[in-house]
Amino acid sequence: MIEVAGLSKDYGTRRALDGLNFNIHKGEIVGFLGPNGAGKTTTMRILAGYLPPTSGIATIDGKDLIKDSLAIRRITGYLPETVPLYNDMSIRGYLSYMGKLRHLKKVDDLVDEALTRVDLSDRADGYIGNLSKGMRQRVGFAQAILHDPEVLLLDEPTIGLDPSQIHEIRNLIKEYGKQKTILFSTHILSEVQQLCDRVLIINKGRILVEDSPEQLQMRLSGGRNVVIRVNGNIAPLMNAFKKVKGVTGVTPVGDNAAQVIVQPDFEARPEIARIVLKEGLDLIELRGADLSLEQIFIQLTAEDKSSASTTSTRLE
Amino acid sequence: MRNIWTISKREIEHYLASPVAYLAAFALMLIIGLIFFTNIQVAFLYTSAPSPEFIIAPIAFLLIFLVPAITMGSIADEYKTGTLETIMTAPIRDWELIIGKWLGGVFFFSALLLFTWVFPLILNQFIDPGIDQGILVSGYLGVFLLMAAFVSIGIFTSSLLNNSIASYFLTFAILLLLWMISAPSQAAMTAGNEILKYLDFSEHFYPTFLSGVIDLKDVVFYLSATGVMLFLGTASLEARRWK
Repeated sequence: MIEVAGLSKDYGTRRALDGLNFNIHKGEIVGFLGPNGAGKTTTMRILAGYLPPTSGIATIDGKDLIKDSLAIRRITGYLPETVPLYNDMSIRGYLSYMGKLRHLKKVDDLVDEALTRVDLSDRADGYIGNLSKGMRQRVGFAQAILHDPEVLLLDEPTIGLDPSQIHEIRNLIKEYGKQKTILFSTHILSEVQQLCDRVLIINKGRILVEDSPEQLQMRLSGGRNVVIRVNGNIAPLMNAFKKVKGVTGVTPVGDNAAQVIVQPDFEARPEIARIVLKEGLDLIELRGADLSLEQIFIQLTAEDKSSASTTSTRLE
Repeated sequence: MRNIWTISKREIEHYLASPVAYLAAFALMLIIGLIFFTNIQVAFLYTSAPSPEFIIAPIAFLLIFLVPAITMGSIADEYKTGTLETIMTAPIRDWELIIGKWLGGVFFFSALLLFTWVFPLILNQFIDPGIDQGILVSGYLGVFLLMAAFVSIGIFTSSLLNNSIASYFLTFAILLLLWMISAPSQAAMTAGNEILKYLDFSEHFYPTFLSGVIDLKDVVFYLSATGVMLFLGTASLEARRWK
């Protein structure tokens, strides 16, 4: 549905996007992940038809981004990061204005439908200027889905919302993504785990990794974390932990806890428990934990900082 | 066409939701009212018949101050609040946006000009055979064309800048310059006089429209000035995308 090849964008001398390549298939929900300034918003803006790329090709539904800009804009919905709305308009007024600009038939019905979807029907005649951040976000979302677009581009749709609002927006995305293609950017990794079929991690204008969230975790963690907590000083046990079969690394966490990294396919926990008890200490906690996407993400972007080329070859 | 209409309608609604539009209308009516009152008094004193020129000429001049106040935010504010992004990613062409914005301003000022008709109507009651209808018609046509050109200049500077106050002052400076660009050279009788005189907006207004003459050359002048400015506005909006 979305095909991007060699997409670059320069702002003056600064290169914001540096040869971006990715494909998104019809019906996929793809999370676009990266630190601030990585080029997420720029990519979104290019795909939405706001900015033209400096070089490279992008097509949506087989249509060229520049040549068929109007046709593409007709089938895409876009929610910019800042959620720009007209404060002097009512919610209904704004949505029907956007609907008229899109030449929608039965604008009023579609506006009602979108309002029901984002649960704002009872506030429809209120002024946008009086809305809270979460409601503004929902109005922005309603605007983006008003014309039932094939492709939905959401730029950090959950930023600045409280947990229950985040939950609502995620549900909206999940609901909408059942039939349509969605690309949304975020830097909340749990969001990606919950919603996405696939993740694109971008840093400094280049795609670092492209995979499903689960695969990504498996591939990159290289093992499992075991967290140990005892009621005493754990330091004397560290060497013993290191000798356990399958253990690749031990890091103390404070005086009485430690983190042990174990190779996949190994179960080191019983042995670790025995060591603790043999030393005469009580075992308070012993649990396995997956390496979180957060850790992977930090690891990836940090590696990218030190040696860009080696990271990408290792990942490929 | 439909997009242009949708945008201009929204633009008018936007004006009417802000106090600037009412203040501009109030200022215009107040100042013209004062000038009108003074002229009536003078006319009574000297038992002369006032002509509608003294209403029309100040309106034209006041537009230099009022037009930028209305047009200054048309694009600049949309950029600042980010709404330009949603508009420019909707399936509309850049020129449709510019013309829609321009048309909104033209509609607004047309309504304002209609309000000022009240003064010639009153004047008509005072004078026995009535006022010179020819000057009234040609004068208002001139003011209308002038206003359309002024608004297009305002939209252009608003598309150029990201700050509406800056847009006000730039528009104001351009309008004032175009209004009196030939004055120094005419006073000094220097070379280039004819070119400057042709570019001077007031030279296409005072000698013809305000004297009851409708000259096609002047109509073409104002319309082409408007066209050029709308084209430049579209170009500068497009240039924003490439920045």
